[in-house]
Amino acid sequence: MEKPELPVLLVNEVGGTLGVLEAHVPYLKKHFHLITMKEFLESKDCLSIKIEAIYVWWHRPIIDRELLKSLPNLKVIANSGAGVDHLDLKLIAEFGVRTANAPSAVSSSTADTGMALMLAAARRLIEGCQVTTSPDTEYFPCNMLGDEVTGATLGIIGMGSIGYKIAQRARAFEMKILYHNRNRRREDEELAVSACYCGKIEDLLQQSDFVMLAVNLTPQTYNLIGEKELKLMKPTATLINISRGPVVDQEALVEALQAGVIKGAALDVTYPEPLPRDHPLLKLKNVILTPHLGSRTHKTTRMITEEAVENILAALCGFPMPSEVFPD
Amino acid sequence: MAKQDRPYTLINVIGGPIGVYEDHVEFLETHLKLITMEEFLENKQVLSQKIEAMYMWFKKPEATRELLQSLPNLKVIANSGVGVDHLDLKLISSFGVKVANTPFAVANPTADLGIALLMASARRIVEGYQIALSPETKYFEADWLGEEINGATLGIIGMGHIGYKVAQRAKAFDMKILYHNRKRRTVDEEQAVGAIYCQNKEDLLQQSDFVMLTVILTPQTRNLIGKKELELMKPTATLINVCRGQVVDQDALLNALQNGVIKAAALDVTYPEPLPRDHPLLKLKNIIITPHIGSATVKARRLMMISMVESILDGVNGLPVPNEVHG
Repeated sequence: MEKPELPVLLVNEVGGTLGVLEAHVPYLKKHFHLITMKEFLESKDCLSIKIEAIYVWWHRPIIDRELLKSLPNLKVIANSGAGVDHLDLKLIAEFGVRTANAPSAVSSSTADTGMALMLAAARRLIEGCQVTTSPDTEYFPCNMLGDEVTGATLGIIGMGSIGYKIAQRARAFEMKILYHNRNRRREDEELAVSACYCGKIEDLLQQSDFVMLAVNLTPQTYNLIGEKELKLMKPTATLINISRGPVVDQEALVEALQAGVIKGAALDVTYPEPLPRDHPLLKLKNVILTPHLGSRTHKTTRMITEEAVENILAALCGFPMPSEVFPD
Repeated sequence: MAKQDRPYTLINVIGGPIGVYEDHVEFLETHLKLITMEEFLENKQVLSQKIEAMYMWFKKPEATRELLQSLPNLKVIANSGVGVDHLDLKLISSFGVKVANTPFAVANPTADLGIALLMASARRIVEGYQIALSPETKYFEADWLGEEINGATLGIIGMGHIGYKVAQRAKAFDMKILYHNRKRRTVDEEQAVGAIYCQNKEDLLQQSDFVMLTVILTPQTRNLIGKKELELMKPTATLINVCRGQVVDQDALLNALQNGVIKAAALDVTYPEPLPRDHPLLKLKNIIITPHIGSATVKARRLMMISMVESILDGVNGLPVPNEVHG
């Protein structure tokens, strides 16, 4: 141990393909003594009472009863990113441990991703790239047309910080914005982005050219978009999902896409991730899939780690945490 | 309009990958008497006297000296799109023929595509799609990251209709906007999008994370971005081109991308189009190229068509031609 007074932070692993980013390690080491799961398991007797915090990076380490039991002095778990559907918040609270997410860091870059996917789908960008590079291309057809984003109707389901940032961006494209949310936003917030509240999700679905999902995954939003909702959408509409795979009934989506019930989909999230390599979604021409890159930028991942550290340090001092999350 | 009053208008072909769109024909035939090149060539003697207009849809038919000479009553050529660099305006004018383009119809979709390319490049959308589909993919790597758009600096070269609309969109992403243009915009226009004027394009190049080209191709803008300009750009910067391939020195661009002089490029336009199938630009990992789809939306093409019809009708009736292009 270098400095005995630094609190001990458990992470799954450092570097490699899934671990905490090497670039973040110097920053983490300024505030904590870093222990990986491997080191913990090798010296469990010694380390179990020392660990006061866990930084969950891309869902790892998995927080189960066994782990919680083995860490009697654990005070706080900080999660990378906004979604905490993979954490059993009730269980964690049972052990007197506090949990934090990182909602602010991700909102701009996730909103950017939503817009990028909408534009890529509408303008057939990926197909276009394939035409440009294909060995068979002799000339560019002039009839490979996409849908105009400017002036189209965007329906945002979930108007939290991410949904609202999407509305701000879409407004600059003169899009007509409808939204559906648990709670209605304030009038001045609606006016600022010219967003029209749809109390009924059905109204939003029927009028939208693009439907953007930006909700949290909860029992209420599980399979929010199923066969019924897809059939309510226009046959010319595109579904964009930047929230969580299970918000959409994936089988119903496959059927809807195969049958032309909706025009296309752009999914940054699926269930599971990645999809099995023989999954029908990988074969459909009218689907864009991306590898959960919603908040994957150098700047945002850095901000996520900083947000996590802030929360952990606050918890260890017994202060209110900037973004504590509670079981429902 | 009575069917016999409709102006005889020469077109290339209807339908297929390069022809006038089938679903535009109804509107066109309401206002114009369409004559295809095939019909013209079969009945040249009669039709050459009757044709008063040319509906140039994606550069066809070509306005060659021979064709112009064979159409003594030609009054107006309506060109699809805003670019007229493929036309010999002097030659056409020497025959007393007016030319009209469609600048307004293309502005929104081209600005949208400029932003789409910027975002696709920054966030590695095309690469990401390939990873999501690859048979080799077992998990998504944590260390695979893109560049942040919000808060980044966008330098727009060419602040006409399209450039300004790009600025309006980029502002909503909290981008810092610099621009370079022949003429400075008004203070109000600059403030509305938070754009800062760079008199020297060198200043813009040195400060930008993303450089977007939205100029008209003229002798002054040919090879506007060459070796020197690319070297002034940040090594972490991306070049986006939605105007004309010839605005960029393509060999210099290839070199710059291969050697990390700049980070990446996203091009809707190249020279020629398409590039030869063995062209090195097609093999680079740090480039995305789309097939000149800047105005390729159902709505925009319809607006273009309507605008062209208006220009033709006014042109043949001796009225001022909307969207006339002067040599």
